[in-house]
Amino acid sequence: MRANPTSKGIRASNVPWRYIVPALYILFLMVPLYWLLNMSFKTNQEILSTFSLWPQQFTLENYLLILSDPSWYNGYINSTIYVVLNTVISLAVALPAAYAFSRYRFLGDKHLFFWLLTNRMAPPAVFVLPFFQLYSAFGLIDTHIAVALAHCLFNVPLAVWILEGSMSGIPREIDETAYIDGYSFPQFFFKLFAPLIGSGIGIAAFFCFMFSWVELLIARTLTVTEAKPIAAVMTRTVSASGVDWGVLTAAGALTIIPGAVVIYFVRNHIAKGFALGRV
Amino acid sequence: MKPLNNRAWFLVTPVLLLVAFSAVIPLMTVVNYSVQDSFGNNEFFWVGTEWFEEVLRSERFHKALMRNLTFSAIVLAIEIPLGIAIALCMPTRGPWVSVCLVLMAMPLLIPWNVVGTIWQIFGRVDIGLLGHTLAEFGIDYNYSQNVVDAWITVVMMDVWHWTSLVVLLCYSGLVAIPEMYYQAARIDGASRWAIFRAIQLPRMKRVLLIAVLLRFMDSFMIYTEPFVLTGGGPGNATTFLSIDLVQMAVGQFDIGPAAAMSLIYFLIILALSWVFYSVMTRDDDQGN
Repeated sequence: MRANPTSKGIRASNVPWRYIVPALYILFLMVPLYWLLNMSFKTNQEILSTFSLWPQQFTLENYLLILSDPSWYNGYINSTIYVVLNTVISLAVALPAAYAFSRYRFLGDKHLFFWLLTNRMAPPAVFVLPFFQLYSAFGLIDTHIAVALAHCLFNVPLAVWILEGSMSGIPREIDETAYIDGYSFPQFFFKLFAPLIGSGIGIAAFFCFMFSWVELLIARTLTVTEAKPIAAVMTRTVSASGVDWGVLTAAGALTIIPGAVVIYFVRNHIAKGFALGRV
Repeated sequence: MKPLNNRAWFLVTPVLLLVAFSAVIPLMTVVNYSVQDSFGNNEFFWVGTEWFEEVLRSERFHKALMRNLTFSAIVLAIEIPLGIAIALCMPTRGPWVSVCLVLMAMPLLIPWNVVGTIWQIFGRVDIGLLGHTLAEFGIDYNYSQNVVDAWITVVMMDVWHWTSLVVLLCYSGLVAIPEMYYQAARIDGASRWAIFRAIQLPRMKRVLLIAVLLRFMDSFMIYTEPFVLTGGGPGNATTFLSIDLVQMAVGQFDIGPAAAMSLIYFLIILALSWVFYSVMTRDDDQGN
């Protein structure tokens, strides 16, 4: 601040020095990530014996082990399956509900909306035991659909919230004109309305993907072997003989990739999409 | 004004059924357990509010609650101002915007136990960059033995993990402000601070509300990251409510007290979120 005697200069967008704040922040974010990557390219021997800022003997062994062992890479496949299932289910039920909330008043609408949001506030730890019993009763333990349904607990309310916000940004006259033009509701919804709220749907899908991908407590509780998520598979690198640091870090590094890909696709909508969520 | 149409309930029904299956039934199970005791063999008998009284009186619960409230307060106090500051300094157009946003969103999409693992490795004195560097400087740092170090590491991990969410939300609020607001301010000769107070902050209010609510709820439910990093230790120093609850329900299988604690825990979150929500939307209501 001292560098600018007149406060006016700070506001101009071509002042480069203020960019140092986001730059430093990004550096702070990247250093631990770099350390993870750095270790994943080292052998265990090197990790434990020498301390170096980059791999002295560069190796891909840790990654090859994960990509060649089904019990490892199936973890990634399992996670992907239930995350995609969850995103599809969440959006499928949230779209009509969000439309109802944004277009109509009906008996108990406000209460219902807040009640939905309270599910987003429920601590997953509360649900660990009852979920296990419920899904056992239905014989769904260790299936992908069980985890996908369980994650709907916090993803559906969020999807309704985001979609409702983005739908409310579209004027109601568009619906009315479409009905006058003879569109049926499904035709109108998929042909006209869905493209209009495209970025809202994208952002809702992004959030569903994100919260389902990162959750471990519930996913771990509901699976044994067949649908075990990668995050749970990782725990087996810790054994009595010590921790297999190389493989652990390589597996961790690989879990970042799907997220990075998804962010890349929605990068132009992130900022806009957030603003659409309405309270 | 939206038209009144009770047939809209049909559109809401799928959500209701799904959430009833994944929330109401499990929650009823919890309620059921919280008022009963068992001697095993699936024989249950009614104990009324006994478990609730026991949990509310227990020192273990008080301490976990205090730890969690302290943690949430610290985390909010750091992440919200930091997030606003970073959002204000972000470039508003040009190719760097996407680069910044993508890089900043990275920590949000890392599975929570991997976040714990990253910091576990990063902070270790023998193989971690942070721990090793601090040791080189002669600073005695060990998050698995020293309570203060453990807290600093857990808070730093959370700041690393979640500040980006606040930044993204604030940034989206900022770019939505029309340019003419700034032009008007320039004509008035408003100071940087005045612009922030009179234009940017009010315009960010809605997204800030979302940020505060989400950050509060998530920091109050935190489980995986500190569990991986410190396992709740050293001692019980970082045993937050969720860690304590899972320990009680799954570790010791004290279902009755665990269920009572679950409900109290849930009600606290609900009440505090409601307070945040009404405080931050109060001005809106007066305006209408």
